[in-house]
Amino acid sequence: MAAPMLDGFMPGSEDELAAFIAHSAEAQTPVEVCGNGTKRAIGRPVQTAGKIGTGNLTGVTLYEPSELVIAARAGTPLSEVEALLDEHNQMLAFEPADMTPLTGKSDVAEPPTIGSVFATNTSGSRRVLRGAARDHLLGVRAVNGRGETIKWGGRVMKNVTGVDLARGLSGSWGTLAVMTEVTMKVLPKPEDTRTLMLFGLPDEAAIALCCAAMGTPYEVSAAIHIPASMAARLSNQELGGLGRAITALRLENFPESTQARAEKLEQQIGTFGEVYTIGNEPSLEFWRDVRELRFLTGSQFPLWRITTAPSRAVGMVNAIRAQLDCQAAYDWSGGLVWLELAPSRDADATDLRRIIADFEAHATLIRAPLAMRSAVEVFHPLPAANMTLSQKLKAAFDPAGILNPGRMYPEV
Amino acid sequence: MSGIQLPEPDTGVLDRRDALVAGLQRVSPNVVTDPIGLEVFEADALTAYRNVPLAVVLPTSTEEVSRVLRFCHENDLNVLPRGAGTSLSGGALPMKDTVVVGISKMNQVLDINLDDRVARVQTGITNLGISNAVSELGFFYAPDPSSQLACTLAGNIAMNSGGAHCLKYGVTTNNILGMTVVMMDGEIVEFGGDFLDPHGYDFLGLMTGSEGQFGIVTEATVRILPKAEGERPMLMGFNSAEDAGGCVAAIIGAGIVPVALEYMDRPAIKICEDFAGAGYPLDVEALLIVEVEGSEEEIADLFGRIREIAKDFNPTEMREAQSAEEAAAIWRGRKSAFGAMGRISDYMCMDGVIPLSTLPKALSEVSRICQHYGLGVANIFHAGDGNLHPLIMFNANDPDEKDRAERCGGDILEACVELGGCLTGEHGVGIEKRDLMTTQYNRTDLEQQIRVKTVFDPDWRLNRGKVFPLDMQPGNGSPHA
Ligand SMILES: Cc1cc2nc3c(=O)[nH]c(=O)nc-3n(C[C@H](O)[C@H](O)[C@@H](O)COP(=O)(O)OP(=O)(O)OC[C@H]3O[C@@H](n4cnc5c(N)ncnc54)[C@H](O)[C@@H]3O)c2cc1C
Ligand SMILES: Cc1cc2nc3c(=O)[nH]c(=O)nc-3n(C[C@H](O)[C@H](O)[C@H](O)COP(=O)(O)OP(=O)(O)OC[C@H]3O[C@@H](n4cnc5c(N)ncnc54)[C@H](O)[C@@H]3O)c2cc1C
Repeated sequence: MAAPMLDGFMPGSEDELAAFIAHSAEAQTPVEVCGNGTKRAIGRPVQTAGKIGTGNLTGVTLYEPSELVIAARAGTPLSEVEALLDEHNQMLAFEPADMTPLTGKSDVAEPPTIGSVFATNTSGSRRVLRGAARDHLLGVRAVNGRGETIKWGGRVMKNVTGVDLARGLSGSWGTLAVMTEVTMKVLPKPEDTRTLMLFGLPDEAAIALCCAAMGTPYEVSAAIHIPASMAARLSNQELGGLGRAITALRLENFPESTQARAEKLEQQIGTFGEVYTIGNEPSLEFWRDVRELRFLTGSQFPLWRITTAPSRAVGMVNAIRAQLDCQAAYDWSGGLVWLELAPSRDADATDLRRIIADFEAHATLIRAPLAMRSAVEVFHPLPAANMTLSQKLKAAFDPAGILNPGRMYPEV
Repeated sequence: MSGIQLPEPDTGVLDRRDALVAGLQRVSPNVVTDPIGLEVFEADALTAYRNVPLAVVLPTSTEEVSRVLRFCHENDLNVLPRGAGTSLSGGALPMKDTVVVGISKMNQVLDINLDDRVARVQTGITNLGISNAVSELGFFYAPDPSSQLACTLAGNIAMNSGGAHCLKYGVTTNNILGMTVVMMDGEIVEFGGDFLDPHGYDFLGLMTGSEGQFGIVTEATVRILPKAEGERPMLMGFNSAEDAGGCVAAIIGAGIVPVALEYMDRPAIKICEDFAGAGYPLDVEALLIVEVEGSEEEIADLFGRIREIAKDFNPTEMREAQSAEEAAAIWRGRKSAFGAMGRISDYMCMDGVIPLSTLPKALSEVSRICQHYGLGVANIFHAGDGNLHPLIMFNANDPDEKDRAERCGGDILEACVELGGCLTGEHGVGIEKRDLMTTQYNRTDLEQQIRVKTVFDPDWRLNRGKVFPLDMQPGNGSPHA
């Protein structure tokens, strides 16, 4: 099963991969690390002679539903893992967001891989309650930049044996090691989902509402605010057609619980406006749209992903809006802002970073043309001390600097 | 003394003690020098190992920690970061040439933000202290080690501590958003903040569980969570480990994730019942405590589901707590386990983890190994996550028994690894499991971990002699260096 878009090396086994990397290290030949390469259009472009794809390292290697654990080789399509879990009414609780529609690559023949989910620490709306991808990684096998096979952790829920290399590799964008197998914690799928919606709230009230709801004992599992212009892109015509901003709060549990919790939550947040509650099916449809980021355009408008504390989010967006032409949606109760800007020469990187500095926020450029991504800092710049540590960490895994050089920062 | 080898102290440092202490006093007004004061810091909760340290400093600010570390760095001194000293693995054991830097005086809550659901604290605050600070506001800090009354957040971060509620809420690493760290050369670095998912490499994740070997954590931003509407335990007795283990698997398989799921075997039940009078059944082989959360209606619904599931496993007893008093009684026995045990015997608390499906096999291995060494054992553990705590009984005044207990513990942990588990779920490696690391990891795995340690502490000054097999540790003083 050779993925046609990859003209690079597709190892059939961990040993083959290790031998290839050892050779590349010796020859000092940089290599680009890919899952199925669906997101190569995101992030800093890497210029390398070689390319490695994990697309042939596939298959679920362990699944124990009653122990809430699943393991898969890194190149296994995320969709395959999720389909298997679904058969047992389980799920990846961090709800990895699906960026495919964003990058215009809706080709299912090259689906995102499970390895890249952890390599990019990709989480979706449920992150706010259940944690990030990295919080669910129990064990990992990988090949470092020396061509050595390393493993950390295993299949058990709790493990503090030695330095936590699983966290170390999470979110490292293939710059430290190539993961070959990941073991994850899974959770039962909720039997029922209900969504409380309020319409037409200004950003300030919407985020205050989200924070208030997240502070109740009812375990709100997602809190998002989508402005009217972006809501118009949702699959549900009725919702999109309202022409109003949508603020949505999700409850997930056994039906007895969601119903009781929805009633109590509604009482507590009623002061914010009229509350509409939607049931299981339409809820699932709405949150599927959110997971696929359907509220964003599929176009080439520069797209930024900004994290900050919810209490600073609206002030930050207002400050940006005062100077730049933009649209913003707030996930994670306000802690994650998706910002689309009007086209410009440099994705307004300099201005944007200057403005958000006052709000202790961090911005990653998710979508922009290639030339722009080579020219601006895609990931948020690090303070000097942190960059020094990052360079040393890179050297600890990949002393020859051959794995995805420059993918995150020019220095690593 | 017992079998674990420690690095030789640097006699050059010991000889210069007075001058070094005087130097420390120039950078900190909080140096402990009197012999009795120093003895307080000679051991942690693994009391079989003791060393009076060279000096102890108890700073009151991050800047002071920085000055102290810079002094130690310039004078080639080894440093041990210390919280409350409740480590069970010898993680906070000093060597004779070590300067202990204890952060217990730094225990202030700096900021609470309910909208963002975070609290910023100095890390000398106790684990329970954080929950107490936000309790009136309806919030709590989730990781809850049994030692929470005493242990500090700093120690929790260094050990990545867990507790009974971790099945649902995760361990320490899942609940830390930011930290201030003083590096060995005195540099102050910030990782993360009060927001989710910091950019760049996951330094928060690497620091958490680093057992005092990477830097000294002085402040942290933690996630706080709204308290559930209510919670209540139920108690179930079974005739065999197979039935109890099967019931746990079936509960989880049915989509229920209780907030706590505790297991006790027959000896443990008897010891706890004798001590606490909790009303535990004494004629069963295994007892489960299952706690669920929610409103009264939700709890009733979940109890109903669990009862139905449990029926397939021949429970001899199922008792739902109907009141706060009954709930307290059910937990009283479990929570007093360590004290109850201490009353009848010296004991060593092991901390291995196994895949849940191997539970019956694991328990029979534990009894076989203990029988082999002629020692008694009681098992208490977090059944949801397979974190076993065999309590090995021995007589601390009998050197032979003590030695046998240590070897017995080692064999049990090796068995856990063989069953697909790991050496430690929450107490850390420390000195206790250092030499067993090669059973879980090969040398290449360990060398990669060692290289990461070296990123943070290039000269290996921080908490030396721990975590990695001595012959793999670089630096002076090590017999195998
Ligand atoms: C700046 C940026 C931010 C992003 N943020 C999000 C987000 O918030 N939500 C979201 O859903 N998606 C995000 N993505 C996209 C994310 O990469 C995809 O969702 C994804 O999982 C792509 O799958 P793939 O297998 O095609 O990965 P690829 O495009 O092949 O690889 C993605 C990255 O992971 C690395 N990688 C892949 N496999 C391995 C492996 N086995 N070992 C080590 N490294 C590996 C690659 O080197 C590369 O850096 C982001 C991407 C970028 C560039
Ligand atoms: C009765 C009892 C029950 C226990 N139950 C549990 C339990 O249920 N779950 C659990 O996880 N643990 C448990 N423990 C173990 C212990 O309480 C934990 O490991 C705890 O986190 C240690 O905290 P401490 O403040 O006492 O740290 P210490 O013992 O002082 O130190 C522990 C480690 O942390 C490092 N350290 C301390 N301060 C810092 C700092 N500022 N920066 C960097 N490193 C630092 C030390 O160097 C050492 O390696 C129990 C212990 C006892 C005695």
